Amino acid sequence: MSESVTSGQGASGPAPANPAALPDQQVKENPLRDPRDRRIPRVAGPCVLVMFGVTGDLARKKLLPAIYDLANRGLLPPGFSLVGFARRDWEDEDFAQLTYEAVKQHARTPFRDTVWQQVSEGIRFVQGEFDDDDAFDNLAETVRALDAERSTGGNYAFYLSIPPKAFPLVVQQLKRSGLSDPDAYTPPEGQQAWADHRPWRRVVIEKPFGHDLKSARELNDILAAVFPPESVFRIDHYLGKETVQNILALRFANTMYEPIWSRGYVDHVQITMAEDIGIGGRAGYYDGIGAARDVIQNHLLQLLALTAMEEPVAFDADSLRAEKEKVLSAVRLPADLATGTARGQYTAGWQGGQEVRGFLEEDGIPPDSRTETYAAVRLGVGTRRWAGVPFYLRAGKRLPRRMTEIAMMFQRAPHLPFAATDTKELGQNALVIRVQPDEGVTVRFGSKVPGTAMEVRDVNMDFAYGESFTESSPEAYERLLLDVLIGDPPLFPRQEEVELSWRILDPIEDFWAEYTKPDPYTAGTSGPASADALMARDGRVWRRL
Amino acid sequence: MTIDLTDTSTGAIYEALTEARRRLGGAALGMVLTLIVETTEAAQYDAMRAANQAGREHPCRVLGVITRRPNAESRLDAEIRVGETGPGETILLRMYGAVGQHADSVLAPLLVPDVPVVTWWPGQAPEVPSQSPLGALAQRRVTDSAAGDGVQRVLANLAASYKPGDTDFGWTRLTPWRTLLAATFDVPHPPVARAEVLAERDNPSGDFLAAWLSLRLGVPVRRAVSAGPGITDVRFDTANGKIAISRHDGRTATLSKTGEPDRRVALHRRDQSELLAEELRRLDPDEVYAESLAWLFSDARTDDDHEADTFTLIGTTIPVGAAGAEAEQEIADQ
Ligand SMILES: NC(=O)c1ccc[n+]([C@@H]2O[C@H](COP(=O)([O-])OP(=O)(O)OC[C@H]3O[C@@H](n4cnc5c(N)ncnc54)[C@H](OP(=O)(O)O)[C@@H]3O)[C@@H](O)[C@H]2O)c1
Repeated sequence: MSESVTSGQGASGPAPANPAALPDQQVKENPLRDPRDRRIPRVAGPCVLVMFGVTGDLARKKLLPAIYDLANRGLLPPGFSLVGFARRDWEDEDFAQLTYEAVKQHARTPFRDTVWQQVSEGIRFVQGEFDDDDAFDNLAETVRALDAERSTGGNYAFYLSIPPKAFPLVVQQLKRSGLSDPDAYTPPEGQQAWADHRPWRRVVIEKPFGHDLKSARELNDILAAVFPPESVFRIDHYLGKETVQNILALRFANTMYEPIWSRGYVDHVQITMAEDIGIGGRAGYYDGIGAARDVIQNHLLQLLALTAMEEPVAFDADSLRAEKEKVLSAVRLPADLATGTARGQYTAGWQGGQEVRGFLEEDGIPPDSRTETYAAVRLGVGTRRWAGVPFYLRAGKRLPRRMTEIAMMFQRAPHLPFAATDTKELGQNALVIRVQPDEGVTVRFGSKVPGTAMEVRDVNMDFAYGESFTESSPEAYERLLLDVLIGDPPLFPRQEEVELSWRILDPIEDFWAEYTKPDPYTAGTSGPASADALMARDGRVWRRL
Repeated sequence: MTIDLTDTSTGAIYEALTEARRRLGGAALGMVLTLIVETTEAAQYDAMRAANQAGREHPCRVLGVITRRPNAESRLDAEIRVGETGPGETILLRMYGAVGQHADSVLAPLLVPDVPVVTWWPGQAPEVPSQSPLGALAQRRVTDSAAGDGVQRVLANLAASYKPGDTDFGWTRLTPWRTLLAATFDVPHPPVARAEVLAERDNPSGDFLAAWLSLRLGVPVRRAVSAGPGITDVRFDTANGKIAISRHDGRTATLSKTGEPDRRVALHRRDQSELLAEELRRLDPDEVYAESLAWLFSDARTDDDHEADTFTLIGTTIPVGAAGAEAEQEIADQ
């Protein structure tokens, strides 16, 4: 039989309700799960999600709607509970109301009363400041009450959707109040106590993971003092995107691409994250951080790692992270940082038909700010596979449109048996992974133009996930939240990756701080002239935005 | 864009389709399968709508087939819709007279090259799906035993004629129930001694659930009749009290465990398009379905002579499937 029956004599809990039966026998393996049964999805186990910063943007636009969507897809367990912590003087109902509005506005799946009912029954609110001991004691009591009322089993996830400077205080409070300690758990009165049950604790943090190597380590030390490394989940929401996971499928499930995925065929790689928006209301966060720290350190270097890494031996967290760490540690900076990097700052202009302010005129930005809103770097990867192949990374705000992509640009054919005029319009072959929007893959190649003359021109072959297809596929935050609650780590970068990324970026930031100031570019154009010059020196051009 | 062709041929349909696509400015891109829907004039509207909705998740060519008046003069009519209902395209074919006996010859040239074919019968299923003309074209054949006349007879037919690639909406409808049950057993629990499934009369999903539970848990499971809607209760007797899930309004379920507070969870019934979208997600044979279907008509079953639709399946002690093979290995290792 596929049951493992263990007897746990001496369990510390109260007497079982049915003393006549064998009291402590338990089945730990799930007899209903079968690897062949692909219809049944993974479902989170009983737990409480404690959220800090529930009034913030991220919570309202992404996290709370994602919780509803997960419930609607049947992926949250009965009894799942959500506790909000904030300084507003609120009751449970007020937080429920905020959640309701967030769900109504931003959820991706249709609204159903029954699902909302299920979610709202588990909603609690605790009011307090982060330095208020009583508030955290109150929080501890609230989650323990949930263990009793809703059988959440003492499993807690803490989502810190708050400014990173508040982390030390909150993490300390979690420790002081005993909330972070799984061994402090005692089963609620009257509930079955399994002998060797040890509940879990997980903490979820959002970028930025520091602003340089030193601060990243300090942040990690703060967390590590209270939570073991495997309990820390760092969110890089790009890794939750279907297209990003599809990079691995494209590369390692096919035979067609791997043979050409190297210096033998690839001329260079362009990884772009363009935003059309400015900094909006995030001046306080953005000033002093800039485009490179904001997105290159995390999202773009993660995309680089997935593009350039070797095949992992298995698709588990350890093997994947091992390969990513290997390739990140092989990243090489340009010998001359002055010509191998570029940065810019948008000035007033017209973006998508609207007149917009320049960065230095944005509210909350000092007029002499040297923070960049555009950054480009040329990186190398020192491996046999990639030696000599440049990886150009660029990220910027107030560019012509919103677009994230990875473009593998292939070498030209070594010999063309056509007259030079026939192939005048033939460019480089390219394979483009479109991360957002229009998720999909494009292959660009030369094709004969219909007609009697032999004329070859570039055409595109497209694979689109399609608008509607993505509508039903889960949003990145849904996927990542579920992985946190299940305890599945492959899609979360670990501290080593964070440190390796800062090692790449720190010398560049130091150089910029000392020697350069950002070059201006007009809002709505595709970046500063210095970025184009960077490419021109190598005889290349950026792909059009 | 809608194009109506009367008294036409496959060649003309194909041409019209290519022309329509050209005018809309795009080739047949990214279509992941061809979906054949064998239906009737009365059921056609709902079936095609469900197919189109499922097509939003799985861009496909939908070929609706209606055969009418077998004694009339042979004639083929087609209604082509492109670029209206989503990424895919839809062709509704009406076959009169003799051509209706050769529907497969009409359909074969219209299948999208290189991608799988799925055939769906929203109404009465053929006796042997894999050998019916439209079923033979497909890798995956989707029936709905709940929609046919005489549920028990339909199920018995499906069991007798099962071929890998067959599947049934009676099974698909169970997924949310099976998910909730699997989640309930994800946490440590006392061993189960026996179980009971209550569902409406003529509800194949209730039968499937009883079979699946008895196979997986290896205990006797009784299938009994309730007022519905659908499945209303699943109860387990364990070594330490009861575990029960009940859903009496077809929308919200309550999970009760001895010694724990009751918890409620949304468990709604799904419409055809959602069921179809689930079917199209995986196109390999569903072995768990096959085992459950076979178990339903095996020696394990004892019918209650006094009440129709009430029976008990004794549990197997022989582990099934891959998980079972591991368990056997474990035993051998000990
Ligand atoms: N929004 C994004 O697009 C984005 C992107 C990447 C990463 N992140 C990260 O995600 C997290 C949350 O972002 P966000 O945009 O939601 O931030 P936000 O809108 O500024 O919200 C911050 C939240 O923290 C609370 N808070 C701040 N200081 C507090 C204090 N001293 N005591 C108690 N509560 C305090 C605020 O509560 P009050 O309402 O009471 O002020 C608010 O709920 C941050 O770590 C951020 O770096 C956000």
